[in-house]
Amino acid sequence: MPQYLISVWHDDTFEVDFSTPDAQRLAAQVGAFNNDLQEAGAWVFAAGLHPASSATVVRSSGGDVSMTDGPYAETKEQMGGFWMIEAVDLEAALEWAGRAAVACEGPVEVRPAQG
Amino acid sequence: MTDPLDEVFRHEVGRCTATLIRVLGDIDLAEDAVAEAFAIAAERWPRTGIPPNPGGWITTTARNRAIDRLRRESTRSEWHLAAHRLHIENMDPDHNPELDRLDDFVDVVADDQLRLMFLCAHPALAADAQVALILRLLGGLETGEIAKAYLVPEATMAQRIVRAKRKLHDNHASYRIPRAAELPDRLSAVLAAIYLIYTEGHTATSGRTLTRTDLSTEAIGLGGTFVELMPDEPEAIGLLALMLLTESRRPARITTDGTMVRLADQDRTRWDRELISEGHELVRACLRRNQPGPFQIQAAIAAVHADAPTAEATDWSQIIALYDQLYVLRPNPVVALNRSVAFAELHGPAGGLAALAEIDPASLENYQPFHAASADLLARAGHHQEAVAAYERAIELTTNPVERDFLVRQRAVLERRVTPEVR
Repeated sequence: MPQYLISVWHDDTFEVDFSTPDAQRLAAQVGAFNNDLQEAGAWVFAAGLHPASSATVVRSSGGDVSMTDGPYAETKEQMGGFWMIEAVDLEAALEWAGRAAVACEGPVEVRPAQG
Repeated sequence: MTDPLDEVFRHEVGRCTATLIRVLGDIDLAEDAVAEAFAIAAERWPRTGIPPNPGGWITTTARNRAIDRLRRESTRSEWHLAAHRLHIENMDPDHNPELDRLDDFVDVVADDQLRLMFLCAHPALAADAQVALILRLLGGLETGEIAKAYLVPEATMAQRIVRAKRKLHDNHASYRIPRAAELPDRLSAVLAAIYLIYTEGHTATSGRTLTRTDLSTEAIGLGGTFVELMPDEPEAIGLLALMLLTESRRPARITTDGTMVRLADQDRTRWDRELISEGHELVRACLRRNQPGPFQIQAAIAAVHADAPTAEATDWSQIIALYDQLYVLRPNPVVALNRSVAFAELHGPAGGLAALAEIDPASLENYQPFHAASADLLARAGHHQEAVAAYERAIELTTNPVERDFLVRQRAVLERRVTPEVR
């Protein structure tokens, strides 16, 4: 079955403070959505990520590996988390994505995996 | 006289492509196979005559060609896979029992056409890509023709179409009719795409002439097909009615020397009565269903205009009431603008300007019709200098030369009135 990446996008300054009611509401919504994915057999794996400022970029050039402070793309919006899901077709994936956007109260991007 | 083969092509190409996409599971393969089948028909039919079910003949021939090609070009395991999906041997297009059960065949083909409409107007695609795919796959237009209609280089249009097909393919977009829960959104996407083709034909964004009849005709054809396929969908009927009623005014929109004529100044005897009565019939069918939607209301507005023997005799209060109804469903500044223009007809230019003042001007700052309408109302209310400024802005924003000429003329008339005041 095709797999899709559903990624969540935040402002690069976004940081979750889990003690706030807002964050707790989001966590509960996302938790419920995760359960639904698992029960439907659509779940592959998923993760929420630390802020983009925690990223390190690693490059290789002619066998030499070097590191720099990240993130890779210097953009205003950064990926804050993702789900890898399995769905019969794009329409089913978009339906899950719609529920993901509702659960995390923000925009998500759907992208098909190769293969 | 039109070539009978062209006639068959126009009528059948979308349907055949739609079926072949289902059978082959691939848009490009389907397109190639259908093109090949039409090429064979062009060579054979002048000798043998057109078969009784030309669409079935093309579909069968295209399918056989695709099978031959798969057999030639695929590896053994790929071929087994494909053969499994196609699950039948070559059929004889001239003696095919499947085609004798014509009713079943027609039903399946209709479903295929719907599938293809929904696929082309997939909300995951940008509007310009949806439109290009519809014209290419359902309308059977060449990429070059579509590029010409949209005034973009052929390579740009080709790339747009390739990208759209690739996106649908890579994303495993389904080839099915949307389920009830998805249907409202998917349906409005199809209707919006068809209307976009129509309006591009009606007021071309650029180009030497104001209308590009081919796109409008294409859109009306697609709208008619969609109504046949989804006869219980009142918004589809509303869209078709709106297009027919708007189209009825085409002969009066432009004079023989190519200048644009406003609705109020049009010679209404030149309106196409046949299209009007067809449009009216559809509007009445919508009213009977009593499930109003934005396209139906816009069609009703067009029908009120069509009813009026002169601009003055228009039932403006009815039009305002319809705009109010439309605003409830679509509360956007463009609807409010159109309502203000109608309001001015009933309550005078000052009333229209007052209604206009209630719209946030920032929301329409880059919308040419807003400035053109403001200019007209300002001029009629005697505020000539402000009117000139509004025309300036409208002229800046317009991309169509014919529309531009019209606005420049309006401004010139006003400037002649303004100049003595300044002196």
